[in-house]
Amino acid sequence: MTGAEALIQSLLDQGVDTAFVYPGGTIIRVFDALFSHRPELRQILVRHEQGAAHAAQGYARISGKTGVAIVTSGPGATNTLTGISDAMLDSTPIVVIAGQVGTDALGTDAFQEIDLVGVTQPITKWSYQIRRAQDIPWAVARAFYIAQSGRPGPVVLDFSKTAQNETIDYKPEKIDFIRSYIPAPDPDMERIHAAADLINAARKPLVLVGHGVELGNAEQELKAFIEKADAPAARTLLGLSALESDHPLNMGMLGMHGNLAPNVMTNQCDVLIAVGMRFDDRVTSDVNFYARQAKIIHLDIDKSEFGKNVKPDVAVLGDCRKTLALITERIDKASHKEWIDSFKPLCQEEHEKVIDGATHPKNGPLLMGEVVNAVAQQAPRNAALVTDVGLNQMFAARYFKYNVPRSIITSGGLGTMGFSLPAAIGASFAAEDRMIFSFQGDGGFQMNLQELGTIMETGAPIKIVVMNNTYLGNVRQWQQMMFESRYSCTPMKSPEFGKIASAYGIPYRKVADRSELAEAISEMISAPGAFILETEVMTEENVMPMIPGHKPVDKMIFTIDDDWK
Amino acid sequence: MMEKTLYTLIVHSENIAGVLNQITAVFTRRQVNIESLNVSASSIKGIHRYTITAWSDRESIEKIANQIEKKVDVLQCRYFTDDEIFMQEVALYKVVTSVLMESPAMNEIIRKYDAKLIEVNQTFSVIEKTGNTRDIMSLNEELTAQGGMLQFVSSGRVAITRARIEHVSEYLEKIGEQYGIRNI
Repeated sequence: MTGAEALIQSLLDQGVDTAFVYPGGTIIRVFDALFSHRPELRQILVRHEQGAAHAAQGYARISGKTGVAIVTSGPGATNTLTGISDAMLDSTPIVVIAGQVGTDALGTDAFQEIDLVGVTQPITKWSYQIRRAQDIPWAVARAFYIAQSGRPGPVVLDFSKTAQNETIDYKPEKIDFIRSYIPAPDPDMERIHAAADLINAARKPLVLVGHGVELGNAEQELKAFIEKADAPAARTLLGLSALESDHPLNMGMLGMHGNLAPNVMTNQCDVLIAVGMRFDDRVTSDVNFYARQAKIIHLDIDKSEFGKNVKPDVAVLGDCRKTLALITERIDKASHKEWIDSFKPLCQEEHEKVIDGATHPKNGPLLMGEVVNAVAQQAPRNAALVTDVGLNQMFAARYFKYNVPRSIITSGGLGTMGFSLPAAIGASFAAEDRMIFSFQGDGGFQMNLQELGTIMETGAPIKIVVMNNTYLGNVRQWQQMMFESRYSCTPMKSPEFGKIASAYGIPYRKVADRSELAEAISEMISAPGAFILETEVMTEENVMPMIPGHKPVDKMIFTIDDDWK
Repeated sequence: MMEKTLYTLIVHSENIAGVLNQITAVFTRRQVNIESLNVSASSIKGIHRYTITAWSDRESIEKIANQIEKKVDVLQCRYFTDDEIFMQEVALYKVVTSVLMESPAMNEIIRKYDAKLIEVNQTFSVIEKTGNTRDIMSLNEELTAQGGMLQFVSSGRVAITRARIEHVSEYLEKIGEQYGIRNI
């Protein structure tokens, strides 16, 4: 068969059932091969290659399976770079296959030629140029093994026309070992014992739950661990659904716009146990004032995370599903009632000062927290939240309810505006039994608005909630706080989204009045397919509480008028 | 400012195109200059060995080593201080033959530094010196002072560890055990 057919066969052998695609000149032969595989390999034609990459991410994030994007060379490939970078920072397994010019034209600045391997090396787990058809089964098998195993990440296959055109005798290839790569090192029992000893001696333990718990399918092991240790737990933005919202030991979200109690208690605990998280600066703020009083135990699958930002006293390398279980076996059943109770006044304080007002305002315009909370009230138990970036993201993350794993899909590390719509599309194809809510601001919605076309064509049943405050709200908030309200390029005029919705044939409703909100959400949820709900929210709302930049995590403010400078 | 030490990194990787690029990118991203770099085959078939020197502090060099080792095609990256390794560099000096012949000091200098002449013709001569950076640089200064220096070149450092265990072989054995594979 031809190399192009061998590629498709290799993908099928990897269990790929869906690909997000956009054709072009150097990949045309692959699309010809795809044409004969339409039933078994579903091809979702996006409207822009950035959408393909984010859709592959959404597909991967909700299912744990590797997402696939197939695009052409040159601009097709460069358009995926934002999604690839996003997948790198948020440890998302995707494989991006891009066309490339023939090998005889490589390096000649041929039409639509770029050095894709050179460009993507720093933003991928692995990037490889396939020049000969005989390498295809090996390269594809290796790509999926690398993308999925250990700490997941993006892989790029730069697929030259020469390799597509050559013919080979296809033999399936399986790769589950690479000698230069140990995806999940065996746990070191000395470290397990050292961690268990520290936890047994702890009087005020605090567990930080990261994305790694979900990536390692270790939600049950985590729960068994925190319940036996009787340790309060806080989640990072990406770890929000690794522990359900209403678990009694869940103390909320960490970080800049996280909850008061876990941020304050980070600087009061005596042992901090970080599981599958990387001490991102949005979580730690200034590391010089971060948990200095605590012994730190860090569980991660990636050795390079130890001491990268925060130096651990005990580093436990390995798959947290295994390491958590081993530690749990070796700790005593503990009780830390007094310590756990000490979180309550802080939770209460945040409720009174922020949450109650943000979610249940009595009058004035609609608020973002109120909209998110109202959606969460009616959302099915296993609904998933896909956010964009900015205020909508912070409000959605704070006020959505997480009942099952893999319920939040958000661009955490890269902070990519325009992420939500295509990522939600991708997620909908991997989890057809789950309702997908795509939250957007008016800014981010317009960054990948073209993907409404994909929704129109495929019928992807996404519930789109646009919270329109007529500003690029997060930057505006910072301008208000740090630049004397000089709103440089943050007020934004938007088109009538209703007309756009109607052009794409997607049902739409706009709400500005509090009394209509619940009923409008109900209409959106009961609609058979996609729906756009635009909410006119307060123009200059700020997300609070907040750890202002470079301030200690326990110095959160509740309004921008608080003394924070 | 932490005190800086000259560290030698020894990296073993698969012989795949583009690995060098990935390794140097780790230094660039962290704003650490590579002082010298040598790439060659290693004692293990199909595995390349990089010897890299850089001035840095321990914390930064450890982070750099971890980031390099994280690359899929890199087997191992270890860092060493000078007391943990045997090391050599080689330098070549091209001088005008008439100056060499006419200056008695020249021959003395060459002997003092244990250097040797590897080419003498009517126009120029080539001197070779193997040793450490300090001696190589001071030989260069002394020869230059005599006049007639045409070219000077010095190699990157090559280094061998003083440890009694071979780190890469140990690594290969360990993963062989974890995966139950012999003769990796």
